[in-house]
Amino acid sequence: MPSPASKRRSSARHKSTGEGIGLTDSLPTSLMIALLFKIIFLSVADSLGVWAAGTLAWQRNWGLLSALLVGLTLLNLALLSRRAYPLRYLLPGLVLFAAMTFYPIVYTINIAFTNYGTGHLMSKEEAISWYERRYYQPEEGETFSFQAFKDEQGQLKLLLTSQKTGRAYLAEGARLLPISLPDPRPSNWRSLSRSELVQALAALQQLELLYGEEDVVRMATLTEFAVFRPQYHYDRAHDLLTDLETGKIYRPIRGTFVSEEGEELLPGFYEYIGLENFYRIFSNPQITGPFLRVFQWTFLWATLSVLLTFALGLTLAIFLNDPYLKARRLYRSLLIIPYAIPGFISILVWAGLLNADFGIVNRILEDLLGLRLPWLNDPFWGKVALLLVNLWLGYPYMMIVSLGALQSIQPELYEAAYVDGASRWQQFRHVTFPILMISVAPLLIGSFAFNFNNFNVIYLLTGGGPPIAGAQTPAGATDILISYTYKLAFAGRQGAEYGFAAAITILIFLIVGTISAINFRLSRRLEKMGEAL
Amino acid sequence: MMYTRHGPLGGPLRHLMIWLTIAFALFPFLWVLSASFNPTNALVAQGLIPEKASLVHYQELFINPYLPFPRWLWNSVKISGLSAFFVVFLTAFAAYAFSRFRFWGRRSGLLALMLIQMFPTSLAIVAFFLLLMRLGDYLPWLGLNTHAGLILVYMGGVLGFNTWLMKGYFDTIPHELEESAMIDGATPFQAFIRIILPLARPILAVIFILTFIGIYSEFLLASILLTGAEQYTLPVGLKLFITGEYARRWGDFAAASVLGALPIMVLFLLLQGQIISGLTRGALKG
Repeated sequence: MPSPASKRRSSARHKSTGEGIGLTDSLPTSLMIALLFKIIFLSVADSLGVWAAGTLAWQRNWGLLSALLVGLTLLNLALLSRRAYPLRYLLPGLVLFAAMTFYPIVYTINIAFTNYGTGHLMSKEEAISWYERRYYQPEEGETFSFQAFKDEQGQLKLLLTSQKTGRAYLAEGARLLPISLPDPRPSNWRSLSRSELVQALAALQQLELLYGEEDVVRMATLTEFAVFRPQYHYDRAHDLLTDLETGKIYRPIRGTFVSEEGEELLPGFYEYIGLENFYRIFSNPQITGPFLRVFQWTFLWATLSVLLTFALGLTLAIFLNDPYLKARRLYRSLLIIPYAIPGFISILVWAGLLNADFGIVNRILEDLLGLRLPWLNDPFWGKVALLLVNLWLGYPYMMIVSLGALQSIQPELYEAAYVDGASRWQQFRHVTFPILMISVAPLLIGSFAFNFNNFNVIYLLTGGGPPIAGAQTPAGATDILISYTYKLAFAGRQGAEYGFAAAITILIFLIVGTISAINFRLSRRLEKMGEAL
Repeated sequence: MMYTRHGPLGGPLRHLMIWLTIAFALFPFLWVLSASFNPTNALVAQGLIPEKASLVHYQELFINPYLPFPRWLWNSVKISGLSAFFVVFLTAFAAYAFSRFRFWGRRSGLLALMLIQMFPTSLAIVAFFLLLMRLGDYLPWLGLNTHAGLILVYMGGVLGFNTWLMKGYFDTIPHELEESAMIDGATPFQAFIRIILPLARPILAVIFILTFIGIYSEFLLASILLTGAEQYTLPVGLKLFITGEYARRWGDFAAASVLGALPIMVLFLLLQGQIISGLTRGALKG
């Protein structure tokens, strides 16, 4: 490692060689071309950026607009400022990191405090304008018979005749023009045949013709148009939504419009609901019970997975590290095979082998012991199957890292222990294991954190099943927190509960973050111990 | 521990334990290999050595409309390959800056990278889904059900960790090499491209392979962000093909598994030494 002083010196030299604009007279050709390239690139990027910014400002998308402006500023800074030279190397990664790692985290934290999910997918503004575009057909409203034509250019033309007043109208854009009978249409229009009419049906059903102040005329049945009236009126001053057809008044409560009788309108809208998602986890017994079971199993699952894989991996590593063992290279290559097969394929294959009715494992068990086990769809045996498969998937990694760590232990230590009369077990207990732990302990904690969120195994093998009876949320007996969150967000029976899922995500993050922080401190402490050795 | 010619662990017992584990390791592999050559599709009818070996299941992979295997395999290889390539490219640049330049925010940047990385990206599934949905409104080729969008999500997820790994390696390359090049008139950029990158080839390879293998096996994000069967990756496609159908589609599934595992196994066995040294290096340096 170079000393800090020499580092500083070399970085100063980097800075002084970083090229900038303004030296065009004396630059060699290759740098001239590079400079030209830079100017062209920057002007194209900037004009595109400004154009996009204009569009976004027009759409009032302030979030994206500010992100764009920050990015654009950084780009210019990186290419024009000498002091920001390192930014040229960092910018692409930085942009991606901000967009795909940082932003999703902020977003997750944000929606954890909302009721975002099925029935609450729109903002309040969007929901109100959705309601304001709902219409109903008043009883005894005016109806129209219609005739469709094609004009000279082949354009669709529509003639409506009121069945109440007998007056005729021509559809013109989104308006209705009253025209005088008897024969208003130009002679060279052609009436549509039946089959042409069927083809034009979709276009006709989309028509919405303004009639009077607020009413519209739309297709009501296959043979009739009718007057429709806006169904809802939103009173901005009092924040009330009135159903004009029934006269009922709805007020917004927690993202839903609710009438005085307690009737709820769908869809609702999303709204900040504070800590309610977190309260729900701990206050509703139908949620809390299954949640705690999932929580417990997640810890047990991660702990047992680490212990089992490490025990097997370390044992094998100790065997294979013995120079007197015959065929150790062959053994190592064969033992490593599970690690070389893509995990998802192995897991799906295991699911087939462990299939309770047709799987080979149960056939072998039946032949040998005369029993069949309900792997995969029993709370207990499902867990056993998961641990077994995860042992298969995980021991080669533990074997590889243990082998590496064993080989780095100096033989002199054993010689000293041997001279002191230490038994094999004592050598392992007091020399091998403590030294091994210096490098391997952080990996064990890392493995714990990995298994804590090991979605693939759980989801592909048991799918988290069987379901816990009486649970209000889709929790299964072998679900871990991450697969449970997945089901909440994407596969719930009552629809998606994004907000609630995000709240659990935050809990998982806190747990994993704590574990990682411990890991970080531990590995630094162990590193110091290692240096002391 | 001190190994001697005849310890209490030695002899047949040790070999027996190793062979038992090898049997455990090879068991699913051998069964699925055998099933892929067994003409029957029924899981229940399978023996370890197929009576009449045939290639019907492999042929099926190219004609079965419910199992567009070549398409899914290609999607997976394309997505993993491009993601791994761009990740190596981006992390090399970022790691070089973190390793060689001293600038405002360097230390806190490295620390932030480490901290934010602890939030496993698979937890932000909801955010990714909604993010790509919104993005698709502006740039349809980056929206939901596009490979480009999925690649971006994958890259964001592994950037931080790999930047640290690569920076650690760059730190071990002596500065004198570039300094002498720069005295000869090279810009820092030229020194980076011509001197550092060639020297860092082993770590570039390790990051490429580990990223490739990791993304090749990824199921969760792909299953949510891809919605059309044409766009599926192999994990998503195979999972939907086989779920609930083990009894009827076992043979076809086995053939697809063998062919799907092959590219990774070959890659792994060829580069075993480098991967293991990469793992132990990461392990021993933390």
